[in-house]
Amino acid sequence: MSKRNLLVLAAVLVIACALPFLVSNYRTFQLTLVLVYAIALLGLNILTGYSGQISLGHGAFYALGAYVTAILMDKAGVPYWATVPAAGVVCFVAGFLFGLPALRLEGLYLALATFALGVAMPQLLKYHHLEKWTGGVQGIVIPKPDAPFGIPLNSDRWLYFFTLAVALLMFALAWNLLRGRVGRALVAIRDQHIAAEAMGVNGALYKSAAFGVSAMYTGVAGALGAIAVQFVAPDSFNIFLSITLLVGIVVGGLASISGALYGALFIQFVPNIADEISKAAPWAIFGVFMIGFVYLMPTGVAGAVRLLSRRRRSQ
Amino acid sequence: MDAFLHQVLAGLATGGIYASLALALVMIYQATHLVNFAQGEMAMFSTYIAWSLINAGMPYWPAFLLTVAISFLLGVIIERVVIRPVENAPVLGVVTVFIALLVILNSVTGWIYTYTIKSFPSPFPKEMALGRFMSPHELGAIGVTLLVLAALYAFFRFTPLGLAMRAAAQNPVSSRLVGIRVGWMLALGWGLAAAVGAVAGMMVAPIVYLDPNMMGGILLYAFAAALVGGIDSPMGAVIGGFVVGVLENVLGAFVIGNELKLSVALVLIIGVLLVKPSGFFGKVHVSRV
Amino acid sequence: MILEARNLHAGYGQTRVLHGMDFAIEKGSITALLGANGAGKTTTLRSLCAMVRTQGEISFDGRRIEGMATEDIVRLGVAHVPDGRGTFLNLTTEENLRLGAYSRRDRRAVEPDLERVFGYFPRLRERRTQQAGTLSGGEQQMLAVSRALMLAPKLMLLDEPSFGLAPLLVRELFSILRDIREREGVSMMLVEQNAAMALDLADHAYLIETGRIVLSGTADALKKNDSVRKAYLGY
Repeated sequence: MSKRNLLVLAAVLVIACALPFLVSNYRTFQLTLVLVYAIALLGLNILTGYSGQISLGHGAFYALGAYVTAILMDKAGVPYWATVPAAGVVCFVAGFLFGLPALRLEGLYLALATFALGVAMPQLLKYHHLEKWTGGVQGIVIPKPDAPFGIPLNSDRWLYFFTLAVALLMFALAWNLLRGRVGRALVAIRDQHIAAEAMGVNGALYKSAAFGVSAMYTGVAGALGAIAVQFVAPDSFNIFLSITLLVGIVVGGLASISGALYGALFIQFVPNIADEISKAAPWAIFGVFMIGFVYLMPTGVAGAVRLLSRRRRSQ
Repeated sequence: MDAFLHQVLAGLATGGIYASLALALVMIYQATHLVNFAQGEMAMFSTYIAWSLINAGMPYWPAFLLTVAISFLLGVIIERVVIRPVENAPVLGVVTVFIALLVILNSVTGWIYTYTIKSFPSPFPKEMALGRFMSPHELGAIGVTLLVLAALYAFFRFTPLGLAMRAAAQNPVSSRLVGIRVGWMLALGWGLAAAVGAVAGMMVAPIVYLDPNMMGGILLYAFAAALVGGIDSPMGAVIGGFVVGVLENVLGAFVIGNELKLSVALVLIIGVLLVKPSGFFGKVHVSRV
Repeated sequence: MILEARNLHAGYGQTRVLHGMDFAIEKGSITALLGANGAGKTTTLRSLCAMVRTQGEISFDGRRIEGMATEDIVRLGVAHVPDGRGTFLNLTTEENLRLGAYSRRDRRAVEPDLERVFGYFPRLRERRTQQAGTLSGGEQQMLAVSRALMLAPKLMLLDEPSFGLAPLLVRELFSILRDIREREGVSMMLVEQNAAMALDLADHAYLIETGRIVLSGTADALKKNDSVRKAYLGY
C-alpha cells in the first residue's frame, strides 16, 4: 500500500475511533449500522464487482446471519460475540451451496433467480413449522450486550467498537484476498471466462467460492446488525433490503473496497434526510439516484474519487 | 373432488393473470433480451390510475379502456426516456435501472395514494349462477385474458405493424434495411406490454385488493410462468401462466399449505433455470465463443 | 448520377477501413466494386447505408445523406442486400417479402409487385408459406434480392450475391439482375469476388485495394486491363 494511502487509512481510523465520543448515543448507533452495511456491501461487491455475478437477493443472506445470531442467543444462550463467526460459517455454506447451481446462470438469469430468493424470503421466515425457532411474524428480541471486563464504555459505544473491530478484520481479509491471486482469478473469470479456464483457473470453484465468501460477509453483517438493532423479524428482510444493498454498491462503486464505505454512508443517512419529506420519499429518491448513477457515474463514488485523484496527481 | 376442481378452476383464473403478465415480460424480452423487473409495478400503477378514474365517477369499462390507453403511452414514454439510454449498457447497469423503476413506481404510488388497502370493483355481476365452482369474476377474468391474448395474437400475426415489430425483435439490422424504425418498434412493444400489464392488474385487484405491494408475488409467478414456457416464446408464456396458476393453487391447498406458495415460484424459477433454461417452448441458444 | 461519394472515410471503432474514396453510380447502370478480401468492399456498401460510421460526402438522387439513419436512407429508395443475406429466418418467405414493402407509401402497388417478384423467382412462390430459415442457400439469396425489389428501390446494393451459389444459379441470378435493370430501370452497385461474372454483368467498375480506389472505368476496359486480368481474372 502506498505511503499516501496508509496516511489516509490512519486518518480515517483515528476519526472512526474518536467519533463515538463526539456524538450522541443515537448517532453512534447509526454509525454502527454504517459499519454493518459496509461489511454487507463488501460482500455483495465481492460477488458483483469482482466476480461479475449479479445478486438481487443478498438480503436473504443478511437475514440468515441475523437469524442465526438471534436463535443462538435466544434459544441456546450463546454469547453474542460467538454468534458472529457462527453466522459467518452458516452463511458461507449456504452461499456456496446456492452458488453451485447458480454457476450455470448468467447475468440476467442469476438476477432473476436471486430476485426470487429475495422476494420469497419473508414468507419462508414466517413458515409456521419453523415458528418454534424463528418466532414467526413477531420475530425474536435480542438483549443488548454490555461492555465486557468492566470497560467504562456504554453499550452503544461498546457495540460500535466491537463492530469496528470486526469490520477492520473483514476489510483486511478482503483486501488481502482481492489483491492477490484470488482477486486476479476472479477478475479474469469475470472478464474472459473461457480464456481464464484455458489458463487453468477453475472457474466453477472460484465462482461458487465467491458466492460463499460474499454470503459469509453479508451474513456476518446481518449478525452484527441484529445485535445492534436488538430485534429480528421476517418483514424487515424483504426484497427492499436486497435492493438497498444494490443501491449501496451502485452508489459506492463496484469492484472497490472503499466503495463499500461510501455506499454504506449513503444508504444509512440518505433515507433519514428523505424521511423528512415523506414516508415514501426515501425510495423514490433512491430510485432517482440509482438511475442517475448508472447514467452519469457508473463507477460510483469510489470510481469518481479515483478519477479525481488520478487527475490531480497528473497535474 | 369438488375442492380439487375448484382449486383447478380458480388456478386457471389467476393463471390467466400470470399469463398476461408473463406475456408482457416475454414481449419485452424478445425485443430487447432484457427482463423487465418493473413490469409488476407498472401494472400496479396502472390499476391505481383506473381506481382514480372510477373513484372520480367514470363507469367501469370506459375507465378500463382509458387506463389501457394511458398505460400504453406510459410504456412508450418509459422506453424512450428511461430505458433507451441504457439499452446497451452492461447488465448490472440495466438491471439497476429496472429495479430503480420498480422502486420509484412503488414509492410514488405509496406517496400519492397511501399504503391503506383499497377495494377495486369487478365489472362482472355477482349474481351470475355458476355455483360452487367459480366466482363470476374468476370466469370473467379468464374471458378478458383470453380476449386480450387473442387480440395480441391477431395483431402480431396479421397486421403489417405487428409483422414489423416481430421483425425488429428478431433481427434489428435487417429490419433497418427494409426501412423499419427499430427504436420506435421497441417503444411500441413496451407500450403494448404496459397495456397488457394494466389489464392483468385490473383483473387481479378485485381478488387481492389494491395496495402498492400487491404485484410483488404475482410478478414472481409471472417470471416462473415465462421461464417455464420459454422466455422468448409468447405461446409458452401463456401456457406457462395457466400451468403455474393451477400448480400454485393445487400445491397450496393440498400439499404445502398457503403460506409457502411463493416458495413454489422460487423453486420453479430455480428449477427451470437449472434443468431447462430455454423452457418448454423456447429456443435453445448456443452462444458462439 | 444516382449516387455520388466524395472523400469517403469509414471504419469500425478505432480502425479506419476506407480512406478518402471518390466514386459515383450512373442512373440506370450496373456498377461493380472489385477487390480482394478485406479490401473494403463490404464496408463501402455499408457506409452508403450508414451501417458504419462515415466521414465525407454522400449524395443520393441529388440529396446529401451522410449522417442520416439507415432506415431513413432506405426509405429514400436504397435497397441493400447484405452479405449473409439478412433473411428473417423465423418468418415465412411471404412475410419476408412483405417486409420489403413495409415502408412503401403506394400500398396498392404491393400486390402486383409481389406477383412480379414471383415471376422472376418462381421457386419462391412454391415456398411462400415456408419458414425462410428452411430455404436453401440459393433460395435465400433469391429471397434477399426479391425483398430488396419489393422496396421498389431506385438503387440496389448487392453484397456478394454469388456467395455460396452453384455457378448455374449464379448465372441465372445475374441474368435476372440484368432483366430487372432493363425492365425497372433500377441502378445497381455490385460487390463481388467473382470478378469475371461481375465484369460481364456490369457497365462500370471500380477496383479497391486497402480502402482506396485504384482503378476505375468501363467494365470492358477493366476486363482488358493487364493487372486486373492477372490478379482477378486469372489469365
